[in-house]
Amino acid sequence: MSKAQFIIEKNENPSVGWRLLLPILSLLGTFILTSGLILWGKANPLEAYYYFLIAPLSSRFSLLEVLVSSTPLILTGVAVTFAFSAGYYNIGAEGQLYAGAIAAAGLGLIVGKLPMPLAVTVMLVGGFLAGMAWAWLPAWLKVKWAVDEVVTTLLLNSVMAYIVSALLNGPWRNPESGWPQSPEIAPSAHLPKLVAHSRLNLGFLIAVLAVIVLWFVLTRTPFGLKMRAVGLGKPAARFAGIDVERTMLISALVSGGIAGIAGVCEIAGIQYHLTDAISAGYGYTGIIIATLGALNAWGVGAAALFFGVIDTGAQTVSRSLGVPVYLGEVTQATMLLVTLAMFLLQHYRIRRRTSWTSS
Amino acid sequence: MDNIIEMQAITKRFGPVIANREVNFSLRQGEVHALLGENGAGKTTLMRILYGLYHPDEGMIFVRQQAVRIHSPKDAIALGIGMVTQHFALVPTLSVAENVVLGFTGSFRLRYAEIEEQVAAAALRFGIDIDPSAIVGNLSVGQRQRVEILKALYRNAKVLILDEPTAVLTPQEVDALFETLRRLQKEGLSVVFITHKLDEVMAITDRVTVLRDGQVIETVETAHTSPSALARMMVGRETFGVSRRSSMEAGAPALQMVGLHALDDQNMPALKNINLTVRHGEILGIAGVGGNGQRELAETLSGVRPPTAGRILVGEHDVTGGSPADFTAAGVGRIPSDRHKGVVGELSVAENLTLERLMEFTKGMTLDRAAMLAYAEDLIAQFQIKARPTDPIRTLSGGNMQKVLLARVLARNPKVVIAPQPTRGLDIGATDYVREQLLAQRKRGAGVLLISEDLDEILALSDRIAVIYEGEIVGLLPAQEATAEQLGLMMAGAVKEEVNDV
Amino acid sequence: MDFIVSLSAATLRVATSILLAAIGETYTERAGVLNLGIEGTMFFGAFVGFYVADISGSLWSGLLAAIISGILAGLLMALFSVSFGVNQHVSGLGLTLLLSGLSLYAFRLRYGGLATPPSIEPFPQLRPFGDLPILGPLSEQYLLTYLTFLVIVPLAWWILYYTDFGLKLRAVGENPEAVDAAGVNVYAIRYAALAIGGGLMAAGGAFLSLAQLGAFTHGIVSGRGWVAIALVIFGNWDPFKVTLGSLIFGGTFALQLRLQAMGLQLPIPYETFLALPYLVTILALVLAGRNASYPAALLKPYRRE
Repeated sequence: MSKAQFIIEKNENPSVGWRLLLPILSLLGTFILTSGLILWGKANPLEAYYYFLIAPLSSRFSLLEVLVSSTPLILTGVAVTFAFSAGYYNIGAEGQLYAGAIAAAGLGLIVGKLPMPLAVTVMLVGGFLAGMAWAWLPAWLKVKWAVDEVVTTLLLNSVMAYIVSALLNGPWRNPESGWPQSPEIAPSAHLPKLVAHSRLNLGFLIAVLAVIVLWFVLTRTPFGLKMRAVGLGKPAARFAGIDVERTMLISALVSGGIAGIAGVCEIAGIQYHLTDAISAGYGYTGIIIATLGALNAWGVGAAALFFGVIDTGAQTVSRSLGVPVYLGEVTQATMLLVTLAMFLLQHYRIRRRTSWTSS
Repeated sequence: MDNIIEMQAITKRFGPVIANREVNFSLRQGEVHALLGENGAGKTTLMRILYGLYHPDEGMIFVRQQAVRIHSPKDAIALGIGMVTQHFALVPTLSVAENVVLGFTGSFRLRYAEIEEQVAAAALRFGIDIDPSAIVGNLSVGQRQRVEILKALYRNAKVLILDEPTAVLTPQEVDALFETLRRLQKEGLSVVFITHKLDEVMAITDRVTVLRDGQVIETVETAHTSPSALARMMVGRETFGVSRRSSMEAGAPALQMVGLHALDDQNMPALKNINLTVRHGEILGIAGVGGNGQRELAETLSGVRPPTAGRILVGEHDVTGGSPADFTAAGVGRIPSDRHKGVVGELSVAENLTLERLMEFTKGMTLDRAAMLAYAEDLIAQFQIKARPTDPIRTLSGGNMQKVLLARVLARNPKVVIAPQPTRGLDIGATDYVREQLLAQRKRGAGVLLISEDLDEILALSDRIAVIYEGEIVGLLPAQEATAEQLGLMMAGAVKEEVNDV
Repeated sequence: MDFIVSLSAATLRVATSILLAAIGETYTERAGVLNLGIEGTMFFGAFVGFYVADISGSLWSGLLAAIISGILAGLLMALFSVSFGVNQHVSGLGLTLLLSGLSLYAFRLRYGGLATPPSIEPFPQLRPFGDLPILGPLSEQYLLTYLTFLVIVPLAWWILYYTDFGLKLRAVGENPEAVDAAGVNVYAIRYAALAIGGGLMAAGGAFLSLAQLGAFTHGIVSGRGWVAIALVIFGNWDPFKVTLGSLIFGGTFALQLRLQAMGLQLPIPYETFLALPYLVTILALVLAGRNASYPAALLKPYRRE
């Protein structure tokens, strides 16, 4: 007896239509999954999604806010992509961001006498070096002793949190208010505003530059090709004479440096002093963004901008509808998981077949 | 005679590739039945279907005249079918007894004393000599194969499928295996014997089914056929193969290994005091059973495994301890032993072709994409590679992938070519092509080191043959004087001589 | 002497939650899945335990709910890492972010933005040896601590090494092809391992909110999950060695608490002691690194074709 049966088979090259449909389906899936939570928060999901995704793009002010909130996400997304491309799983962008922030908060106090361009340059270079320094230990342990970088970078994030706490409760505690926050940095160390009366600052342009640099390095330089070779096939890269350890080490350090720049931009562009809350998990979100962007520079930029919309929108939803602001985090994580499932689905198609007989 | 297994009109597709096309196959009670065919003929696919690892797109399977559906190995085992795959399905960190009972214990709690007793009893009953408490990771290849057979029999297999069981064995171990099979056959076991070796078919089987390109050519009684008739059916032409046509005057030393030692991945000695010289214009063949240090030798001579002692000379140039890039620069053309670990699958053909020498394709600080593509176009034409420069290399067939690797190496006219297992897993056409290229290198005056587990290949191509056994060179002789029997004894470690060819 | 006894007692207390989670991770990694969802699963367990205990008034209901939520979290991880074969780093971190966000969202919905976190009456501590010297104060522990050290750990060891399920689980983490060829469902074993693991991780989180703290705060887990992952490597995937590691970590952490509580004016900030266990763990990883015998199939999704 023969009967029809549906089977799933591999489809190596998904059609263009599928690829275009993918983001839309991901968004739809995310919407369906999160609307239960929104209903629980006694709000209308459609209304919530209006505030979430449409409202941030509908006024000049909120549009600028989107760019502001995507700045650290672009930078950490680029940072993580740098490392992941070379097969180095840097989960420590969060700690490296804080390393850059500490450097900025410290340097910002002593560069007051310098003219603005010079002061800002010192801040950026300092933050880059600080992020790099904090990334060095796990990277060195990885290439020298084969110690798993995932675990060490994660652990160092916690250590960095204690360093920040020690600084804020020790030398940098505000003597008058007693608040754990560092003294305000000198005005000449502030990143210049791009638009008056907004929070948008030079940091955004630096983030855009980081995306361009990432694209250029990955696709146009021999080092980028080496990075990708190492990331996609270590044994083959080693066989072809590429110094795998050196390539990973450099990528890891650059990754840390860029994450450090993200910290500088938050201090010098927005907060002007260090607190223990300058990052809302940007280092971890950077991993989601790098994944959603498929380790492609433009994809990373686009994903980060989109997440900026969600972050801004979550504030609006919270203000307007009283839904907790953490809806933003939940939505981002849900979107990652839904998209991962979709990525997979596009590589399969369901086909009908006639099966062999059953007894 | 009753058919214990009957497979009717089995078709199996992998995407556009048809691996089995309306295959009919039957196995009689108590026979040893050879499934004969070249690599890629569809033998393993057919048996993986019988064992429930693949599902057929069309066709029916009968076991003892009952139509059955075999969804997974679990179903196959329940039907009394056991399979010993080419890559052993054993867990190296577990003991022999644990591997044998895995998934077949019958109780939640494991009582090791009982289990080991039962396994020992089964081993005795089937005449298989093995220690149940030994850790599988410490066993030799031949012993592991015995564990696999015992595992199947312990599950009450009445049908045993052996996938190329002799590929990793010495001639002497093969004899022992055949003896075991004959004894089991007497006890009523039916055996499917997948192979591409004609002498084995003649030696052990009752019937032969020949597969070619996924289709059955014919099923014949072994007694009523001959090796040459089988060869014709198998390859569809009378003669095949490429071999060394003339002897040449060997030149100056191209590659010298002096007192070379190296460790394997477990930090155990893998190479012991290797003293060999490859001369310009000769092919030096390294024969040996797999796992005797061939991989480590190839890696050491490619610069990816540092030697612990000894020296490597390319011409006059000492490259000991150098990086892969140093070896390339010194004129060593290195073909990887595992193709898939030699290419980066997601990168394009052009990128893989230029990966060893990116500096030559760099203008200023950027890659010269145009030059890379032009170079790739050139080599694709020259080496008849069926691909475009921008195709991800993972989409290429094994033969074309190997051609890319050959092209990467040979385009630079290297002084020395290291060729470990260069034809493994390739079809006949690609195999001939690769062998011709190696002979062309010899003719050009390069020194070629051919490392192969295929004794026929070694005998056909080499000027001189060295035998490796447990990391040592145990024999070195001119190809004209070598016979398969003599090499077999050396490969099994039965004959050893001190070799110092420096 | 008193100092050492009270330090030892505190060590056991502090080690409990991390040990529960680390044993959970031992199950998943032995089956070949690195579950970076551990941090989020602990956090989720801490929240669900607290929430259910608060509304039902029953601590045990809270614990049970936490364990169930952890099992569900483990199954979600299994869906992505086992069925879909997604990169385990990414899916695990995604799970952690999802569960952290979810917990915070629900907490805010239920309790609003209270300045002081709400609290519940936590599990009482037992003191089976009464006022006996040394043993008395040392034995003053939560029932969950007793269960963890005396039941969960030996049970994990027994299951892994002396049961059919444990044999399959270890085999799946080393060579899934072999397990499949032996007629065992690889996916089912990995799903089971992740479910058990998730339940234990959530129990570890719930221990914090239902016993140690009696409250739920944002920083309640603060990296303990990551420490647990490191301890599994440090303990070479063996439940007893993992326990040893958790005691070393618990010891340094407890020492730091004691020193802080004694109000000594130290020349170095107290955070040094907080950070010390993490640094010690990294050092241990470096030392163990060369001998670490990672399950051979860790991080590799299993596909038959």
